[in-house]
Amino acid sequence: MTATKRPMIEVSGVSKFFGSFQALHEITFSVSDGEKVVIIGPSGSGKSTILRSINCLETIDRGRITVGGKDLSNPQTDICKIREEVGMVFQSFNLFPHKTVLENLTLAQTVVRKRSKKEAEDIAMELLRKVNIAEKAGAYPAKLSGGQQQRVAIARSLAMNPKAILFDEPTSALDPEMIGEVLDVMKTLAREGMTMVVVTHEMGFAREVADRVIFMDHGRIVEEGTPEHFFTNPTHERAKLFLSQIL
Amino acid sequence: MHGEGGHQPPRPATHTMSDNQPTQTSVAVGDGAAIPLKSDAGLFTAWRIAFFGSILLCLFLAFGRPDQYMAIFKFVPEGIVITFQVTIGAILLAIVFGLIAGLGRISANRYINGIASLYVEVIRGIPLLVQLFYIYYALGRFVKIPAIMSAIIAMAFCYGAYMAEIFRAGIQSIHKGQMEAALSLGMSRRQAMRQVILPQAFKIVLPPIGNEFIALLKDSSLVSILAVSDLLRRGREYASETFNYFETYTVIALIYLIMTLFFSKLISIMEERLNDGH
Repeated sequence: MTATKRPMIEVSGVSKFFGSFQALHEITFSVSDGEKVVIIGPSGSGKSTILRSINCLETIDRGRITVGGKDLSNPQTDICKIREEVGMVFQSFNLFPHKTVLENLTLAQTVVRKRSKKEAEDIAMELLRKVNIAEKAGAYPAKLSGGQQQRVAIARSLAMNPKAILFDEPTSALDPEMIGEVLDVMKTLAREGMTMVVVTHEMGFAREVADRVIFMDHGRIVEEGTPEHFFTNPTHERAKLFLSQIL
Repeated sequence: MHGEGGHQPPRPATHTMSDNQPTQTSVAVGDGAAIPLKSDAGLFTAWRIAFFGSILLCLFLAFGRPDQYMAIFKFVPEGIVITFQVTIGAILLAIVFGLIAGLGRISANRYINGIASLYVEVIRGIPLLVQLFYIYYALGRFVKIPAIMSAIIAMAFCYGAYMAEIFRAGIQSIHKGQMEAALSLGMSRRQAMRQVILPQAFKIVLPPIGNEFIALLKDSSLVSILAVSDLLRRGREYASETFNYFETYTVIALIYLIMTLFFSKLISIMEERLNDGH
């Protein structure tokens, strides 16, 4: 896939501190419309932090993040509007436990998008069918397996018609036999052209789906390139070491 | 009396988060009659003995010793109505105060946070009886409202401070992923609070609020000091006419006991229902 359009997400020179600990060092990268970027790296390397920063769930201390051309740190920017356009899928699913699966999908549609109940439910059911879980529409999240919950969470995010979705280790909390069903849904989205930034440890997924792989370590981007380049011929020692440990 | 030992704000107890599960935090509150759960067999039996014992005792006194007791049982029930009016009025108002102050306590706005915290600290540092006098006479100086109204306001103002801590703890016990998920869907903080956080927090704070209700029911006897004819005051009126102090206060104590035991049972049933739900 060629990425020649204006970047949808632009991260430039972003640094972030937790107290005196620097979690992010001058991170710079961009994501074009329709591009799939996979961020990998060891735990604590800042992958999730940068992803969360794009959704304003973390504040950054230096640098600039723009989404659709809008600067997130500009007080004039309506953060809610940006979050409407950029979905997020969490490691811990974070479904609303007091709402049914269907209500999980319709809540933000009615409250934020101001859709009618009927319209929201139609969209919700269609998406639930898409992620193969329509039969659980009336169930509460606690009755679902982890894989089912994560698929609902993806559908919930899709219900807002986002232009991009950020995935924060979407399969890390899942039992191994459930990882596949979630990755399948993500692959479908990728094929449909959704812009995706995925933090994951699933190397098979990265290799198959990513247009670009970003490898992070200790809050820095160590290596960035096509999956082919990264998995077969990484430039940096740190990346080689990581791959030898994980593959 | 309110504020003596054991009246702690609820704290998130066991915080074992299995990622996807809602944090059903159990909240430990010391005041009020102990709320019996079915699992707590000893307490359950104690509850039975106390509850049915006091009912039997009441029946025995009323019909076994009608010459001494029947008149008391006929005279005091009017006060029960007032006691309930004060208790229910005060708890509802206290929930309103508590919710506002509780939200203020977690507000990022310094001033709102400061005012809410000040309210909680000041109120919790003054005995309820003193507050009751103070608010009653302070209100009486500026506005003309019925005694029962100022009693309700005074009780609610005090209990609101304790309630605020319950709400704060309840809201903070909701996993922060819930707020993040709501925000990431484009909801504003206010929408997320209303649609996602508070409905979950309410479930968690219901048992401690029930406990507050029982504590309030007992503390409502303090309003008998003011010109409010609650259960205790009816008793005092009766006793001072007949000089049957012992008999009268026996009946008063039994009625309070039956009421608090009844409500603690009701709350424990409600709590079990909640836990059985999703």
